[in-house]
Amino acid sequence: MENWSLVSLCVLLGLTARWAVSLNSYSGAGKPPMFGDYEAQRHWQEVTYNLPVHEWYFNTTDNNLNYWGLDYPPLTAYHSLLCAHVAKLINPDWVELHASRGYESYGHKLFMRATVLVADLLIYIPAVVLYSFYLSEGSNKKKVCTVLCILLYPGLILIDYGHFQYNSISLGLALWGVVGLGLGWDVLGSLVFVLSLNYKQMELYHSLPFFCYLLGKCFKQGLAGRGLFLLVKIAVTVLVTFALCWLPFLSNPGQVLQVVHRLFPVGRGLFEDKVANTWCSLNVLIKIKTILSTDTQLYLSLTTTLLAILPSSIKLLMKPTLWQFKLALVNSSLAFFLFSFQVHEKSILLPALPVCLLLNDLPLPAIWFLQASTFSMLPLFLKDGLLVPYVVTSLAFLFFSVYLLSALEHCSEDKLRLGPYRRLLICMPRMDLGSVTKWKFYFSITAMAGLSFMSVALAPPAQLPDLFPLLVSVFSYHHFLGLLLYFNIIQIAEPPQSVRKNQKKSN
Amino acid sequence: TVMATPRADDWSWFPALALGVSFLKCLLINAYHSTDFEVHRNWLAITHSFPVSKWYHENTSEWTLDYPPLFAWFEYGLSHVAQHFDKEMLVVQNLVYTSPTTVLFQRLSVIVTDMVFIYAVRECCRSVREEKGFKDLLGHPFFILAALLLWNFGLLIVDHIHFQYNGFLFGILLLSVARHLQGRHLEGALLFAVLLNLKHIYLYIAPAYGIFLLRSYCLTEDNTDGSVRWSSFSPVRLVALGSIVISVCALSFGPFIAMGQLPQVLSRLFPFKRGLCHAYWAPNVWALYNMVDKALSVLGVRLKLLDVAKLPKASMTGGLVQEFQHSILPSVSPSITLICTLLSIMPAVLSIWRRPRGARGFLRCLVVCALGSFMFGWHVHEKAILMAILPFSILAVESREDAGIFLMLTTTGHYSLFPLLFTAAELPIKVLLMLLFTLYSFTSLKKLFRGSLLNPLETTYLLGLVAVEILCEVVYPLLPWQHTLPFVPLLVTSVYCSLGVSYSFIRLYVSLLRQDGTDKHKQL
Repeated sequence: MENWSLVSLCVLLGLTARWAVSLNSYSGAGKPPMFGDYEAQRHWQEVTYNLPVHEWYFNTTDNNLNYWGLDYPPLTAYHSLLCAHVAKLINPDWVELHASRGYESYGHKLFMRATVLVADLLIYIPAVVLYSFYLSEGSNKKKVCTVLCILLYPGLILIDYGHFQYNSISLGLALWGVVGLGLGWDVLGSLVFVLSLNYKQMELYHSLPFFCYLLGKCFKQGLAGRGLFLLVKIAVTVLVTFALCWLPFLSNPGQVLQVVHRLFPVGRGLFEDKVANTWCSLNVLIKIKTILSTDTQLYLSLTTTLLAILPSSIKLLMKPTLWQFKLALVNSSLAFFLFSFQVHEKSILLPALPVCLLLNDLPLPAIWFLQASTFSMLPLFLKDGLLVPYVVTSLAFLFFSVYLLSALEHCSEDKLRLGPYRRLLICMPRMDLGSVTKWKFYFSITAMAGLSFMSVALAPPAQLPDLFPLLVSVFSYHHFLGLLLYFNIIQIAEPPQSVRKNQKKSN
Repeated sequence: TVMATPRADDWSWFPALALGVSFLKCLLINAYHSTDFEVHRNWLAITHSFPVSKWYHENTSEWTLDYPPLFAWFEYGLSHVAQHFDKEMLVVQNLVYTSPTTVLFQRLSVIVTDMVFIYAVRECCRSVREEKGFKDLLGHPFFILAALLLWNFGLLIVDHIHFQYNGFLFGILLLSVARHLQGRHLEGALLFAVLLNLKHIYLYIAPAYGIFLLRSYCLTEDNTDGSVRWSSFSPVRLVALGSIVISVCALSFGPFIAMGQLPQVLSRLFPFKRGLCHAYWAPNVWALYNMVDKALSVLGVRLKLLDVAKLPKASMTGGLVQEFQHSILPSVSPSITLICTLLSIMPAVLSIWRRPRGARGFLRCLVVCALGSFMFGWHVHEKAILMAILPFSILAVESREDAGIFLMLTTTGHYSLFPLLFTAAELPIKVLLMLLFTLYSFTSLKKLFRGSLLNPLETTYLLGLVAVEILCEVVYPLLPWQHTLPFVPLLVTSVYCSLGVSYSFIRLYVSLLRQDGTDKHKQL
């Protein structure tokens, strides 16, 4: 069959899975007084529609910031405004000031779900198709398989269509940025990435690799000549895009400061709930949250994050290739997730996006990471009543990615690029690291299944009510840490350009 | 990758295809389900709570048991698993009981019993004729057939959203067809006898089975010109066949005959009190007949040839009421539909009697019987179209002409199932699944037969379905007539689809009779 029809089938499958998940419950359904993220998004529509721009981020009599106050950058607010206008056309009750608080109905849920689908269809899905067809290697069949696997990644589907958020917009825009840079349209790529950054501040996790890649490219072209011109072009684009996004707030510095304050709520502490990152896992052993002051916590996390992203950023700066860029995106966002301040469990989607881009090159580690990332959000899914879609989409993704990408056949030491490990483990007895990895993968998947089952079926002991969420996050944390090391080692130890090219040809 | 290296003996793609669709079915667990869900829950409760003698008498719920005894036993078996999920669903008085575990159990029971269907599809795929020559896996007829059957749009929405157990029933039918294709006729007959005792709607295709088995199994040889050679009649085979069929029926109906309940059971199985057409007209001849009647009456009133007061009232609100009274054309009785049905399948049945063309000829005859009864039957449900579509898939991957008819029939037939899912949340699902299946069937069959399969007129008709869909589900709800004339979308859908189904039926007949012609020609 022709490619276009195969791709259309994949997209249709992806859309079907998405809509089928959206038939399930959402966060905070029928749980007054605070509800959940679904109500937050609806509330933002209400606020942006009824209040003037300069009140959006301020606590006023009409805008109680303690009730889901707007804490995302302006593009999110504009998007909410756009949705609110559509909502007003369909049913004015949905966005009426104050009166619509906690509004829930069959029709409204349908409307909200549809807004997610439309955004996904317009932004994320085309970017995935474009990326797979123009920037990944292999036969057309393999590219089609990649499209399907990326589109079936359960984490994103469950959070956007189950829990309810618009990650496909911010991640989709970031992916457009990657596609832009990959195709050599640097200016366009950085413009789109700035949009993504202005949709969700968490995209900062991806910003350093973008910066280093572009700067490295300018260096390579020579800062005295074409490089400088490119640098100026990109800088102007970024500044102008930023200015345009923030235009309504620029009239008054107080406005800008307030928005920034809303975006980075430093006072909320090192972490909340159970997150599979360093601080939460460390907290099991040492109660850092109580021992250290907020400021110390802030500096501690800042330093460790910087240290963790430094090697990959420097390497990327020196060698700005697409392969390095993809790895740096993983390394940077994963380091941010593991070490930075105020991380949510859903932020694992940020490293998951660039890992999706590695599905074609390093199938087994990528699948492993993506499974672990979905698993790490299990407590959230259970809270939202998404058990069935979680189980089904996870199993489906596991099966299809392993089958279509032949992940278990491509795990020799060479294919997994385990050479550096071999050198590090020189004193260890001679064994096949490829099959060791495979066995670890089997074990880990079994353990995830077991822990999922226990979380659902068993009651935790009375003195340890949070036992299972904690086990889930510590278990996932070890995966993330191990894979952070792995991806860093691959990035740093990448052989010189010529060798890699030969390798490509032999494939 | 796996897809790039096709080997006939490598069947790893088959579990992938089957698992994929099973995952999709599991995702639909929380989708809308119709009253059929309650029907089956009630049957679980009845068979679990009462002795066999009460099964066909129980009427606490309006959804009384109206499938043959083997299906009741099937529900009885399921109820033993059900009690481990939620005992409350097995209480007859708990009408419309839908706890989450009940939903989970009932949905899973459909998904798990679909294993029969999956196995049957595999057997069908192994019996498909192969063209020689290197092709990539996606272009093989057996792959296309597996995808067309496993991912069939109609079966997905009827079983896994609307809620019914057609998957395993069609599994038994396809398995029986596959056994005939493989020459294992006794097994095929046994399976069909079991199927008849699970759901009696399959009686409609029994003529094809009966004639085929008599002609091609009990008569072991033909004359050289292909005509009947009576001397080859094998009484042993007839006795074997007969004893299989009779023992299955005895097993199923025997206890009820012994208890003297046969009339009661039969009255449940054949409720002729229902109207000619279902609330939503299945796209068949009667939909066209009703439409002509309505058009004539409107015309008559306009031209002052008729008196409005004298017209039956129902005719002006028709479409939503069960009883449709004709105002101009003569009313149709059950016996007339029976005669029409028999007349419509007669030529096909006679054709395989005179010139049996092996199991494939039988299969074609079976499809004609299914489609003929759909076209002319009494109180036909739109879902019955699947009885023609699914077996026809096997023929469609083997011949170019059949592929063309198949595309017409499936696309129209599947679209005519759209009104089954009228809830807004399921609209995207049904559209997406329909697009998925239709796009796949068109591109794969086009690739298989290297070229376009439809003429411009047919293509235009099928594109018209898009217009009908937009008109009925997007534009019409916004118009003011929605409240005064709510039945118009259903009416438009069923009349438009009945054109396509009728056209496919005629073309199918033409192909069958033309084969007769060429056979005769060859002999001359």
